[in-house]
Amino acid sequence: MDLELSYFLSEIVANRGMLLQGAWTTVSVSALAIASGTLLGMLIGLALAYASAPLRWPARLYVDLIRGTPVLVLVLATYYMSTPLGLPLTPFQAGAVALCLFCASHVAEIWRGALQALPIGQLEAGRAIGLTFPRICLYVLFPQAMRLAMPTWVTAAAEMVKASTLLSVIGVAELLLTSQQIISNNFLNLQFYFLAGAIYFAINFCIDMLGKYLSRHLEGAGKPRSPV
Amino acid sequence: MNYTFNFTPVWQNWPLLLEGLALGLGLAVLSIAIGSIAGLVLAFCATGKHPALRALAFGYVSIVRNLPILVIVLFIFFGLPQLGLAFDKSTSFVLALSLYAAAYMTEVFRAGLLGVPPGISEAGQAIGLTPLSIKYYVVLPVMLRNAMPAFANNFVSLFKDTSLAAAIAVPELTFYAQKINSESFRVLEVWSVTAALYIATCYLISLLLRGLESRLRL
Amino acid sequence: MTVLIDIQDLHKSYDTLEVLKGVNLSVKVGEVVSIIGSSGSGKTTLLRCINLLEAFQGGRILVDGQPIGYRERDGKRVRDSERRIAKQRAMTGMVFQQFNLFPHLSALDNITLGLTKVRGLSRAEAVEQAEGWLERVGMLAHRHHRPSQLSGGQQQRVAIARAVAMKPKVMLFDEATSALDPERVAEVLDTIRGLAQDGMTMVLVTHEMRFAREVSDQVVFMNAGRIEEQGPPQRLFGSPASPRLRDFLARSGI
Ligand SMILES: Nc1ncnc2c1ncn2[C@@H]1O[C@H](COP(=O)(O)OP(=O)(O)O)[C@@H](O)[C@H]1O
Ligand SMILES: [Mg+2]
Repeated sequence: MDLELSYFLSEIVANRGMLLQGAWTTVSVSALAIASGTLLGMLIGLALAYASAPLRWPARLYVDLIRGTPVLVLVLATYYMSTPLGLPLTPFQAGAVALCLFCASHVAEIWRGALQALPIGQLEAGRAIGLTFPRICLYVLFPQAMRLAMPTWVTAAAEMVKASTLLSVIGVAELLLTSQQIISNNFLNLQFYFLAGAIYFAINFCIDMLGKYLSRHLEGAGKPRSPV
Repeated sequence: MNYTFNFTPVWQNWPLLLEGLALGLGLAVLSIAIGSIAGLVLAFCATGKHPALRALAFGYVSIVRNLPILVIVLFIFFGLPQLGLAFDKSTSFVLALSLYAAAYMTEVFRAGLLGVPPGISEAGQAIGLTPLSIKYYVVLPVMLRNAMPAFANNFVSLFKDTSLAAAIAVPELTFYAQKINSESFRVLEVWSVTAALYIATCYLISLLLRGLESRLRL
Repeated sequence: MTVLIDIQDLHKSYDTLEVLKGVNLSVKVGEVVSIIGSSGSGKTTLLRCINLLEAFQGGRILVDGQPIGYRERDGKRVRDSERRIAKQRAMTGMVFQQFNLFPHLSALDNITLGLTKVRGLSRAEAVEQAEGWLERVGMLAHRHHRPSQLSGGQQQRVAIARAVAMKPKVMLFDEATSALDPERVAEVLDTIRGLAQDGMTMVLVTHEMRFAREVSDQVVFMNAGRIEEQGPPQRLFGSPASPRLRDFLARSGI
């Protein structure tokens, strides 16, 4: 058994530009999907928690349908269906849209759970002092719900990075597809899949750390300031 | 949009789609069974007293849960043969999904174990049951009931992951969907029917597991 | 009368916190001993040591003349094997404040589990004996109910039946009625009284002073990890010697 470590190292160096480019694509498509999916998911989650039936039902249907579909099917369907639907998308665009839709369905459930975990008195107290519903959301409910939702949201964000590997199937040159391209030249399957795994682990590890930092930060923000 | 629907190619391949769905379910059930047994052992390690075993369980979970399943699949199918460990497509996939399931099930069972009130183990000790008997007759049944909802969620999730087997050409549902898609170009039809099949199956699985859960509720 | 439980200079610490600071107590066969004392004085810990649910660092506990939990080997004190400890535990029955019934088993199976797995009875024998005990505690009609379908008092009666069914030499009760609604206390006290009248050896930790006075042969007052005063109930409640006990009794409304 020969792991050809020196060849592996020289191949990493030779392909460092491609690898960095791939990692950057992974990070940017994930970030795009997480950001847009979080906004969309918060709106849908709000509808799930507070809207009346005509709005709540479509929201529930959206979440259940998307969550019942494998992400890979979502990615393939978005990519292939965009053309006959009259809105042709590049692989990157299709991938970002699919991940955004997927992310939104997760965030919606997380956000609904967080909002519903807040005591109902919070909403009533906001009403009692004459705040409008959007202001109650902004000043009363969201800051508290954000703290509750943070740990699960971070897990969901890491799931998005993992799901972005599926874009390799429609030809987005993210980290995994890049690794496969490099492998097709040097046949170092074991080594480069291992490297890809290590990079994904590192990215998700950073997200985890960031989440821990944000949780601490938000915790501080929610506490009353001590008198000076 | 001037697209005329034509489901004929999809209905013609209906048996293939169902066959693919059945294979996916089979892969999921097998992997989840293996993963659950491993997860159970790791969960007992994670909640046990032995520091080395605890570190092993936590290390395993945090590494595997931060890896994309597709990378694990490709690593096993394309990478391991370099070490002389070659498996066929389906075996590779079951191996990958089992490793993945083990990490998730460890978390499911660990949370379940933490939810078992310590008092009932002590009651078992007090009547003279041995530690092993307490685990088997008291802790395990209570833990499994605690863990049912999370187990059901992960079951559905892992079933959906069987779609990735298409990446190494295991002929499950997504594989056939892609095949019909490229042969017939009935894009909307193929993908809507495929998604509907997955959605319906996920729904049935959660219905089934929820029924089981309510029958077992304490 | 022969001594059944002999506790000699028992010391127990949680990390640096010494909770039992040299406890000496003996319980004779057929005797009912009540332990009273304020919260945190170490009553629960003492019972848990007797049942070996807690490790202890100094002293000995003899049950029926045999030291339990530890043995001397090459002049060193080593803990008995888990198997041996499980056997020793079967000699003492424990009733917990929170009942601790097995939530997934019916009232009947809560009792048969120990009978089949520890005492090695056949299923049929176990069911017969379990039903006998359920009848004793007035719970036979509920034998197929899960704990979640029973009231607190009913659960505690099943828990008592589960413990006595193991034929222990002594029964330990840790505030068996403290978690109950007031109107459920009497049914459990009646059950315990019944066992006392049958001659069962018992150690009760209790806040029910009237009950302690009525059923006990001896009352023990614990304070800060030590036995502060001890004697027959009439003397202890009638003319308490230590000021701390007087204080405690005054606060308990006696
Ligand atoms: N598991 C434990 N870890 C640390 N300290 C404990 C533990 N259990 C009890 N203690 C402490 O031991 C002391 C005696 O407790 P306990 O025996 O429960 O008293 P009682 O039953 O008389 O109220 C208390 O100070 C309590 O805080
Ligand atoms: Mg106590």
